[in-house]
Amino acid sequence: MKFDIINILASMPEIIVISSACLLLVVDLFLRKGRKHIIAYLSLIVIVLAAAVTWWPEGNAIHVFNRMFVVDSFSTFFKILFYLSTALTILFSINYVKIEGIEHGEYYILMLFALSGMMIMASATDLLSIYISLELMAISVYVLTGFMRGAVRSNEAAMKYVILGAISSGILIYGISLIYGLTGTTQIKDIAGALRGQTSIDPGLILAIIFLVAGFGFKVAAVPFHMWAPDVYEGAPTSITAFMSVGPKAAAFAVFLRVFMDALAPVASSWITIMAVISVLTMALGSFIALVQTNIKRMLAYSSIAHAGYGLLGFVAGGRDGIAGVMLYMLIYTFMNIGIFCAIIVMRKGDFIGENIEDYTGLAKVNKGMALLMLIFLFSLAGIPPTAGFVGKFYIFMALIHKGFITLAVIAVLMSAVSAYFYIRIVMLMYMKDPVQEFDLAHTSATRLALAIAVFGTIIIGILPAWFIDMAQRAVLR
Amino acid sequence: MNNILNNYPILTLVIFLPLAGAAVLLFMKNERNIRWTALLFTVVDFIAALPILCYFNLSTYKMQFVERYQWIPSWNINYSLGVDGISILFVFLTALLGWICVLASWTAIEKLVKEFMIALLVMQTAMIGVFCALDFFLFYLFWEAMLIPMYLIIGVWGGANRIYAAVKFFLYTLAGSVLLLVGIIALYFAGGRTFDIPALMGQNYSFTLQFWVFLAFFIAFAIKVPMFPFHTWLPDAHVEAPTAGSIILAGVLLKMGTYGFLRFSLPILPLAAEYFTMTILILSVIAIIYGGYLALAQEDIKKLIAYSSVSHMGFVTLGLFVYNAVGIEGGILQMLNHGITTSALFLCVGLIYERTHTRQMAKYGGLAKAVPIYTTFFAIYTLSSLAIPGTNSFIGELLILVGAFGYNKIIAGLAVLGAALGAAYLLGMYKTMSLGEARSSHVKEAWDVNFREITAMVALAIFVFWIGFYPKPFLNVMHASVGHLLEQIHSASYR
Repeated sequence: MKFDIINILASMPEIIVISSACLLLVVDLFLRKGRKHIIAYLSLIVIVLAAAVTWWPEGNAIHVFNRMFVVDSFSTFFKILFYLSTALTILFSINYVKIEGIEHGEYYILMLFALSGMMIMASATDLLSIYISLELMAISVYVLTGFMRGAVRSNEAAMKYVILGAISSGILIYGISLIYGLTGTTQIKDIAGALRGQTSIDPGLILAIIFLVAGFGFKVAAVPFHMWAPDVYEGAPTSITAFMSVGPKAAAFAVFLRVFMDALAPVASSWITIMAVISVLTMALGSFIALVQTNIKRMLAYSSIAHAGYGLLGFVAGGRDGIAGVMLYMLIYTFMNIGIFCAIIVMRKGDFIGENIEDYTGLAKVNKGMALLMLIFLFSLAGIPPTAGFVGKFYIFMALIHKGFITLAVIAVLMSAVSAYFYIRIVMLMYMKDPVQEFDLAHTSATRLALAIAVFGTIIIGILPAWFIDMAQRAVLR
Repeated sequence: MNNILNNYPILTLVIFLPLAGAAVLLFMKNERNIRWTALLFTVVDFIAALPILCYFNLSTYKMQFVERYQWIPSWNINYSLGVDGISILFVFLTALLGWICVLASWTAIEKLVKEFMIALLVMQTAMIGVFCALDFFLFYLFWEAMLIPMYLIIGVWGGANRIYAAVKFFLYTLAGSVLLLVGIIALYFAGGRTFDIPALMGQNYSFTLQFWVFLAFFIAFAIKVPMFPFHTWLPDAHVEAPTAGSIILAGVLLKMGTYGFLRFSLPILPLAAEYFTMTILILSVIAIIYGGYLALAQEDIKKLIAYSSVSHMGFVTLGLFVYNAVGIEGGILQMLNHGITTSALFLCVGLIYERTHTRQMAKYGGLAKAVPIYTTFFAIYTLSSLAIPGTNSFIGELLILVGAFGYNKIIAGLAVLGAALGAAYLLGMYKTMSLGEARSSHVKEAWDVNFREITAMVALAIFVFWIGFYPKPFLNVMHASVGHLLEQIHSASYR
């Protein structure tokens, strides 16, 4: 292999993020306790720098590193999403980590490592580079989950996450090895080439597909591999929960899409039923169990499971619209979910936790602006127009119905009606009941900025989605 | 179609003026100013809607005042607006009820006035948008967006059991609308990737497709109307909603269901509509009679009017599905009538409730002596509701029954029975409340209506008598469009 400068240029964003993260580890040593927020600002600069050198290769993809890594519009779309989710998370973490007493430089640095892992995931075109980047991301997130060392909840969550995550990684790598055994390659394009034209499906391939679905299904918290999500979401620091529910989840969807819509696309008929069943179970279980939650983080964990179900519907639909639908959905979900989590984070002040759904009772009487923002995010999560959440669902339903999956579409819309209940219940508590306690929100200019970006995205994609749809459609895998 | 308004975005103006008002209200503090500003915007909106009526071309069924801009090109979605002889009346009705709602809430809403007025104005935008939208996506956007302010109006400013009613309203309506969405998308692909409503009409969809889409639409619209057996959300929502909320519900929201049948089910899915005709007619008759019986048994005035709405809307669906011009025109006119009369009745109930704080009929009595001006108006609307000759509902119900007799005598006969029931419960209500002696101290606390309240009541009374004595202008507006609709239905039936 001849090493070419193009390799460096193509992976410049990743190189910037990883090397700056290492550099920041050193910088961290020279910062006194209480001045760690400087790391946060430096991390934001790193993200902006990385974004500045990320480019959108219209049409032709650039394969580098022995075809392990690619720069195509698909990966760039997801990278933009990762920058956005990481930057927003850092913005609302600055004050939150102080309140929780976990202000360490490593917090932001681990987030940068997770970001680099996600970025490589989006660009990886070989099952091995996919696996390694996935682990880079996952291990960073495991540590972040257990970042509240003093809290039992956080430790327990991290422990569960690590053990279950390790098992799922094992299953995934087993699936990868089976694929290698069957096709003799780990390259996405070559796997597709090897599978194309096969008249009969090898039973080993079915097994491999099941293992891959289980491995990726764990990462996106699809039923029945979702068990970890509620505990981990509840136990992790809220900022990390927010991050997990958008960044790593979208990254997992990115590799999921690349493996199934590209490598395994020729044998789609053999996995489409599995995917349909999983998506229905995921939507149904997520929506119904969320109905009875009392902790808002747990509720949002189940809501996140349900949303993953809608994402999986895009796989069933397939084709350009199916893939673009999933991508757009992930982008929209990033805005609205970051928004609602940011609202939860500013509730945390002093000794007040603000994690019970009842804690929001009467918020609208005291803090009208915050209540209105939450209302917008919640209606968007419920998929009510004119918010972005509606556009995301609409696209997925359109792709489904176009391919003739009417029954699935009907189930999906009914589930979205079910899920509306637990979102509007919070609106009900905020607006229709009298407050039982004082509200003292931990707002800083950084959280305000994060909220402003989130609400802007939620409304603008809802009203003028044309540009975003075009972007997603141009970024679709080819 | 040669008038000055053709190049002027009048419909956009009428739709978004209330929203602009809501935006202005965001920056205001003084409650008095907020009330006046809300009134100003709704009145200006009403005045802005008048030119649409004045310059409306009666001789064509085509959409008028059309506006069309590209919105989401990759899905072939346009921002496309227009009115024809069917929708124009409802644009007008909504604009009229807009400022009446503000007047009705003037003193009735005491807490969070600003938020209430904002919700009301946002609602106004969404409602007018529903009647003007010519693109299915845009229509659905407005249709669903209505849920948010309405949920808040019922849930925040409603009565004791408001939360239950608000959640029930929201979930019921949402469950119906999501199926509508599936139907819309199915039509989009069947009709050649377009959401353009006129373009979706007159295409020869297969019967299977029509059947399923019709069913999806039917559930959504039947919940909105509400038709038996989907009516159970209505009494809860009506009773708990504040007066303005009840006016919007009865006056406009219920019409959207029947408007949906007229605008979509009949012209787009004529074969399925024909297939389902008997079912719908039977459900309509059940609604007329069952709604009337339930109304007879009520002790709460608002509940009584709510059930009377179920009964009256039964007449409307009956008129729409008899497939002759008389019936359909009667149905449309009755939609308008019901919007005026029932809104007025809710307004009356709201006014008296503000004074006496009870809705139990048994607690009243002797209102005629205590508050004579109020009782006069109350009598007018009660009589209008039971369709006394000379009032608007008489014309509407007469046309519907004439149409129905032309289609099926048994159905029409049963509907007449329902009309008689209407006389029983409405006159009963009037007698209990207005005549005799006062049965509780509540009545003595009442004072008669003031100038603001009289303005609102007179405005509605004008239309009661106008349509009652000279309905021709209203019927003229719809002739061309109804004629075209029938052509669409019949050409499909005999294909």
